[in-house]
Amino acid sequence: MKKYSAFSLLKNALSYHENWQKVWRNPTPKSDYDVIVVGGGGHGLATAYYLAKVHGLTNIAVIEKGYLGGGNTARNTTIIRSNYLWDEAAQLYELSLKLWEGLSQELNYNVMFSQRGVLNLGHTLQDMRDIERRVNANRLNGIDGEVVSPQRVKEIAPLINISADSRYPILGASFQPRGGTARHDAVAWGYARGADALGVDLIQQTEVTGIRRQDGAVVGVETTKGFIGARKVACVTAGNSSVVAAMAGLRLPVESRPLQALVSEPVKPCLDTVVMSNAVHGYISQSDKGDLVIGAGVDSYNGYGQRGSFHIVEHTVQAICELFPAFSRVRMNRQWGGIVDTCPDACPIISKTSVDGLYFNCGWGTGGFKATPGSGYVFADTVANDRPHPLAAAFTLDRFNSGALIDEHGAAGVAH
Amino acid sequence: MLLIHCPHCREAREEEEYSYRGEAHIVRPLAPESLSDEEWGDYLFFRSNPKGIHHEMWYHAVGCRRYFNVTRDTLTYEILESYLIGQQPAVTGATS
Repeated sequence: MKKYSAFSLLKNALSYHENWQKVWRNPTPKSDYDVIVVGGGGHGLATAYYLAKVHGLTNIAVIEKGYLGGGNTARNTTIIRSNYLWDEAAQLYELSLKLWEGLSQELNYNVMFSQRGVLNLGHTLQDMRDIERRVNANRLNGIDGEVVSPQRVKEIAPLINISADSRYPILGASFQPRGGTARHDAVAWGYARGADALGVDLIQQTEVTGIRRQDGAVVGVETTKGFIGARKVACVTAGNSSVVAAMAGLRLPVESRPLQALVSEPVKPCLDTVVMSNAVHGYISQSDKGDLVIGAGVDSYNGYGQRGSFHIVEHTVQAICELFPAFSRVRMNRQWGGIVDTCPDACPIISKTSVDGLYFNCGWGTGGFKATPGSGYVFADTVANDRPHPLAAAFTLDRFNSGALIDEHGAAGVAH
Repeated sequence: MLLIHCPHCREAREEEEYSYRGEAHIVRPLAPESLSDEEWGDYLFFRSNPKGIHHEMWYHAVGCRRYFNVTRDTLTYEILESYLIGQQPAVTGATS
């Protein structure tokens, strides 16, 4: 792999940028791998990258039914933060945030990670009590955060309406300055390029149609390009996790639901932070391109249709206009839905299964993007060593039998 | 926007009148205390979550405030039937 640098940019400029090396190979699948990662989104590619980088495995394939990073990685609102309430979740997301902080250098690929801060607004007395509690819990876990007044909110995001006459006036917020956004596609591409350079085969346009087992252990996967053998199969197929689990005769405690987002026409810079509101239910940031990126709530019912109910978007836009009256004149460009696996406790599943050599990383619900590096890191460790990584130990499937759930519905950001 | 037929009201109304109550035909165990942790966890949390034909409960929250079942395709969102609690669906499909 050739290193990206100012020098390589200059050198390639001299040949009119026609001689850049391909970012990754397009290999034909081998007949057998040590590990097959099912799903070539951010989490799957990160898993493959860390399996190769940290655990020294090189005989790995990532099998993707569409194109790399074409699922939820391309459909989220790119918000990154780690201000979760419970120790287990906070430490997992904080590991991720720390990896984000060095990711562009690590991958030699600009993921455009921007620590512009994240505001979580409070509109009721109970919201503010929850915010105080969460910020205190965060600080005990070494995570940055502060409780800020409406005046401070206004300083951070001047267009916001802090009038006491609002229907749901802003009483304050939590602010995590280290939070922010990143370029979603670049994360998938950066991990893909890094994994490919370490020898991982990235196999696109190939759908896994079955998981072959023998004596209770995985022996490989059936695909649209034939059978491929593997000693371990790691499934990272957000949205379709239940479908893949059913191929191995398993059921999961997840339900797949559409989560919507929309972007406006590009406008001049006017919002240099991320604003989220649990109570009026919307979240917004501005991309480097100038679009206002707005996220909505999740549909109440199961669906795989990658589109959501109109009334959800309507409600979200009402909330955004309430917070930012100026945005009522902005035209919306595109709207879409992604299918998220929602878990009963709004926390992910990073787990071995009852089938030997079969692992699942799913159930990230509405907030998986921010966890991409950390998720890949702990899942790779779990797969390589066939036991949960210490930070993933609380997130096994067993918690749904033992009852040790990690209720993050509050800090998951939006009510759902 | 789904148009859901309520078999109690005998009318198709917009989805905002209803609330979703999850997978149908899950029978509460008669003797919960005799179940293992696995069986109880399975009853509480594990779901089939199919891509395709799905039988689900809906509650007519701002209408008759009664429960009923719906058979819906979770990929196309087509509603194939509504039927009363206690009845069996007329449409069943291979779940994937």
